[in-house]
Amino acid sequence: MVYLIDGSLESLLCAVFDWFERKPGKVSLKVLKYYQPEAFNAVHTVYNDPSNADRVWKGLGQKLDKGWLRRFYCTFLAETAEAYVTLFEFACYIFSSLPGAEHNYGNPHVLKLAQTAKKVEREKHRMEAFIRFQQTSDDLFYCGIDPDFNVLPLIMSHFKNRYADQKWIIYDLKRHYGLFYDLEAVSEIHFSLEEERTLSKPAREQLSEKEGLYALLWNDYFKSTNIAARKNTKLHVQHVPKRYWKYLTEKKVL
Amino acid sequence: MSERIREKLNILADAAKYDVSCSSSGGTRKNDNKGLGDSHASGICHTYTEDGRCVSLLKILLTNHCIFDCAYCVSRKSNDIERAAFTVEEVVSLTMNFYRRNYIEGLFLSSGIFKNADFTMERLLKVVKKLRLEERFNGYIHLKTIPGASDELITEAGMYADRMSINLEMPTESGLKLLAPDKSHQDVIQPLGLVQNQIVQFKADKKLIRNVPKFVPAGQSTQMVIGATPETDKDIMQTADTFYRNFSLKRVYYSGYIPISNDNRLPLLGSQPPLIRENRLYQTDWLMRFYGFHVNELLNDINPHLDIDIDPKLSWALRNLQFFPVDINVAAYKMILRIPGIGVSSAKKIVQARQFGKLRIDQLKKIGVAYNRARHFIKCADSPYQLKDYQGTQIKSFIMAESQSKYLKHDTQQLILF
Ligand code: SF4
Repeated sequence: MVYLIDGSLESLLCAVFDWFERKPGKVSLKVLKYYQPEAFNAVHTVYNDPSNADRVWKGLGQKLDKGWLRRFYCTFLAETAEAYVTLFEFACYIFSSLPGAEHNYGNPHVLKLAQTAKKVEREKHRMEAFIRFQQTSDDLFYCGIDPDFNVLPLIMSHFKNRYADQKWIIYDLKRHYGLFYDLEAVSEIHFSLEEERTLSKPAREQLSEKEGLYALLWNDYFKSTNIAARKNTKLHVQHVPKRYWKYLTEKKVL
Repeated sequence: MSERIREKLNILADAAKYDVSCSSSGGTRKNDNKGLGDSHASGICHTYTEDGRCVSLLKILLTNHCIFDCAYCVSRKSNDIERAAFTVEEVVSLTMNFYRRNYIEGLFLSSGIFKNADFTMERLLKVVKKLRLEERFNGYIHLKTIPGASDELITEAGMYADRMSINLEMPTESGLKLLAPDKSHQDVIQPLGLVQNQIVQFKADKKLIRNVPKFVPAGQSTQMVIGATPETDKDIMQTADTFYRNFSLKRVYYSGYIPISNDNRLPLLGSQPPLIRENRLYQTDWLMRFYGFHVNELLNDINPHLDIDIDPKLSWALRNLQFFPVDINVAAYKMILRIPGIGVSSAKKIVQARQFGKLRIDQLKKIGVAYNRARHFIKCADSPYQLKDYQGTQIKSFIMAESQSKYLKHDTQQLILF
């Protein structure tokens, strides 16, 4: 039997609720956006009921400590078809087992969840490291990103705490939404495709007059701090995989 | 104007790069004044140099003018190089502007000694005070303690810096005397001790009075240059061990000497920096700090040098086969940690997972154990029955054949930690 969900956290939690209520045996969980109808499998579309989702979330909160709830949420932000299945199977396993079952790394879903969460955390960490703001002429610090996973919710508080005295925008160009901090609070923003394009390639007059200088100084610094006698390209690329170079001011030819 | 600042930055970053410490961890400053910056306990590497080192701090000298003539240092008085000096304002605005763009976690400020120690320390202090008090900067600040500066200046600097460090430079007193006759380890021990006592004092006060200010919250570190003088690995690590214990150091850094001079007391210009050796020393340092090894287990009079072809953990295991094989399903955590091919995180997973049933080979592999290496040292639920006991040398050759030792290839620079 196929359980079909819409991909929201609510729908995922409701699928868990539904499974315990109806006890259909082995099901295969599918997400609408990845779903291709199959001929011989009965499909059950999971109905989203916020109060059921809430009960499941609270239940998980009683079974798992904060670290594991965070892993659960991170895995959800991976947004892959496989991640949804892992979350579903993991939750069913936790609810059917004695307390402490999350420590059973011998269980494939526990291990998979821990590993997926780790990947998402790594992407979060990389964004915190590799984001490079550009100061615009109206004194706003902007950066566009296209992370592998949906990490904006995870990096928000880091940037809010750190850059409390400057206005900034971090925009996810892949998922078409961003965070805007206005010196008071962070809110979600959406740009038109046209706006996304201009922000990605700002004209010189749209940037603050010092922007070019500091980018250049940083570029210089990156070169000066290197010790040529120790060159180790393999290690360098391992730490800064090439797909992140597009973010990095120090990798641009100015 | 922008050309001059570029020139200064190039000179003073270049001169500072030989200090390899890069850590920005242990900072705990919260951004509670709506200023700029918030230090992460774990630190962030914002980029990596092409030699693979983490870049998290703007690492510069205030000036490379120096009245001393230490043979191993590019800034030494007798060296014919371009000299430059930043103003206090220049350092502050570079730091603020780099930080605002998310290039860095903070500032690492050091300096050559101009005029005298106190004069130099005073200038460094001016920079950090301006950053903290005027600019409300809460990012990370690592400040070099200038040997010979007064206790008052050092103590005041400690109120604003997250970490302070002062370099031992050479692993032994005799090595140091050879290359820098004006210096002694005592010049380092005295300020390290002063700062350490103050850290302890401030912590004790904090228990009684809540709003005692922070004092060097990320602790102290030091650096030793490796391979410039003829110390053994045992000398080096015993010095490190002593300093870790006596001054509660957060880190000791080992910096393979990079030939910068044709002084005949030093390795020739153009000779390769001892990168593998440096890597082995870091591995040993990790084993001491995180794996429960005592320095004497790893290095002693019989084995005063680390193996170059295998890492120190494997090398210890091969010398101590009487402790193996270790039964994964019953052994104590601290013994599991000692198995080659098993790191801290796999060891933790193993002790959690085995409560749910005996672990098998495929589970160990999934957990992240380097099984090809570990299998010579472990027993688990489905370990194949082994008829004969192998000798250490045989095991070593199996492992080396399998890993086609990355360390023995000509390309000796490609290193990893464990
Ligand atoms: S005192 Fe410091 S800067 Fe001056 S030569 Fe010696 S090591 Fe270099």
